[in-house]
Amino acid sequence: MKGPFDLRSYTGFRAITVLCLIVLYAPLIVVTVYSFNASQSLTNWEGLSLRWYADVFTGPESGKFKIAARNSFVIALIAASVATAIATLAATGMVRGGRFRGRALSFGLISLPIMVPEIVLAVATLIFFNAIGFDRGLLTILLAHIAFCIPFAYLPISARMQGIEDSYEQAAMDLYATRRQAFTRILLPLMMPGIISGFLLAFIVSLDDFIITNFVKGAGVETLPTAIFGSVKQGIKPNIMAISTLLLAVSVVMVTLSYLVGKSDNTK
Amino acid sequence: MPDPEQIAIDVRGAVKRYGDFVALKTISLSIMDNEFFTLLGPSGCGKTTLLRMIAGFEDVTEGAIYLFDEEIETLPPNKRPVNTVFQNYALFPHMTVLDNVAFGLEMRGASRPEARTRAAEMLELVQLGAFAARKPAQLSGGQQQRVALARALAPRPKVLLLDEPLSALDLKLRKAMQLELKHLQRETGITFIFVTHDQEEALTMSDRIAVMSAGELQQLGSPSDIYERPANMFVADFIGETNLLDVSVDRVDADGATCHLGGGHVLRGVAGDGVQAGAQVHLSIRPERLFMSETPVAADGLRGQVRENIFVGTDITTIVQLDDGPDFVVRTSNSDRGNKRIFDPGTAVFVNMEQGAARLLTG
Repeated sequence: MKGPFDLRSYTGFRAITVLCLIVLYAPLIVVTVYSFNASQSLTNWEGLSLRWYADVFTGPESGKFKIAARNSFVIALIAASVATAIATLAATGMVRGGRFRGRALSFGLISLPIMVPEIVLAVATLIFFNAIGFDRGLLTILLAHIAFCIPFAYLPISARMQGIEDSYEQAAMDLYATRRQAFTRILLPLMMPGIISGFLLAFIVSLDDFIITNFVKGAGVETLPTAIFGSVKQGIKPNIMAISTLLLAVSVVMVTLSYLVGKSDNTK
Repeated sequence: MPDPEQIAIDVRGAVKRYGDFVALKTISLSIMDNEFFTLLGPSGCGKTTLLRMIAGFEDVTEGAIYLFDEEIETLPPNKRPVNTVFQNYALFPHMTVLDNVAFGLEMRGASRPEARTRAAEMLELVQLGAFAARKPAQLSGGQQQRVALARALAPRPKVLLLDEPLSALDLKLRKAMQLELKHLQRETGITFIFVTHDQEEALTMSDRIAVMSAGELQQLGSPSDIYERPANMFVADFIGETNLLDVSVDRVDADGATCHLGGGHVLRGVAGDGVQAGAQVHLSIRPERLFMSETPVAADGLRGQVRENIFVGTDITTIVQLDDGPDFVVRTSNSDRGNKRIFDPGTAVFVNMEQGAARLLTG
């Protein structure tokens, strides 16, 4: 859109844009580039090498990272699956349940955790587990992740569902489908892009989470983010850059997938 | 076999209330087997509500609905042998056209090959055999409409419900589909219940029409009954075009009533129920049942002056202002120009009514 209201015609538009992009992405680029550095040093470039990637998988800390990575992926997979199932049912109830008392309130309650400072959630979850005498370990991490993943899974699913007219289910039932068949044969396939998108988002949020995990994990139990943090406390070594870059790559892939699936259309 | 003497749908004292709002006041009507039946009325008159009650999407607050002597108003939609063509078609967007049409058959327990064979036959019937593998979004509006029709007819319902299915089509396609629907109804022998707000559509296709307004049945009859002999003001005004005048009744006799307008004009009309001497009533006369002349043809010729002639293709519409009286709209078909004359604006003329065409209505 060219014209008098073209945003690009404002003075300094280009400079501000470039500044924002630098602030956002320069640190990531530095980490990514230096993860391929051949040097022991963090700042001196001595040529291209994959030695720090090799170090991540075979070096002295590799055992610790492997266990942490496995914990992270297992937790993310289970937490995202359970959260997605709950979010799908919640969205069905909220969007198809007609008007019920407290509908707006329910929607607020489901999405509020996204807005609440994570540290507050972390402290609250910790206090909760202590209060009921739940021993901290992998299970507490999993439960906490399921809980905070629900709103992230819910948003794309309910957005998708709001775009599906209820006349489809009515038509299915008119054509002799039971309520369950109308759901599995018609509604679920139409919701599927939203569900997959919600799952991927929940997965990545769980995989990346540090604050809540750090509070509710038991002694000696690590996920990838807490393991990285633990390692950094003893000084930043270039292998941290390699592992961070790997994690970044996984995130980028998942977010891209989530975006593509969310936009995809199984009706063409 | 369809039996024209048998009642397909019997609505007995059905009422629909949403909280305090009454969407449908006690309605009773019988729809015969193999009939093309239309529920006609303006939006909000309750016609769609009644259709959805028959389909099972709305529950019945009071009263009962029978389908071939079986009480159905408490059955869920999937237990009722009626199918619906939805206003927006509601074709399943993730399925092919063939799978859409086969859906109802499969849900009724037909095997997949069996359902697909029958679905393919139905697609041939609506001339869409070549589009079986497409998704609904790849079809035009008119084609989607035919798929919706094939899908609803495939499980051989006892009654087909159509909720304003033609409203999204353009005029030409709509006219073609009207004929096709009528044809399809004859061919399949299935009772059609058609909902529309378009009176012309209703007149063209229906065996019988129920005119509804404000949740009430206004009149039930054949298209010509409703057009020629409207039961009340609402029907006279809603169906076609009419001249509606306020008149006072002077005398009622065996073959009609004599009444007068302001300005000393005297008219005769067929008296409806409750028309009595001295009463203030409404006179309804269709524009095409009026004609103009230089000298009065009968005692009840009305003197006036031509104000305007409007050419509308097949007809000429003339506005005549009666001396000291209201305007009359007179329509002369171009094919009738040999018998009926058109006068230039400003000419003094007499407006004459065809025998028995004017009707007096109390409300």
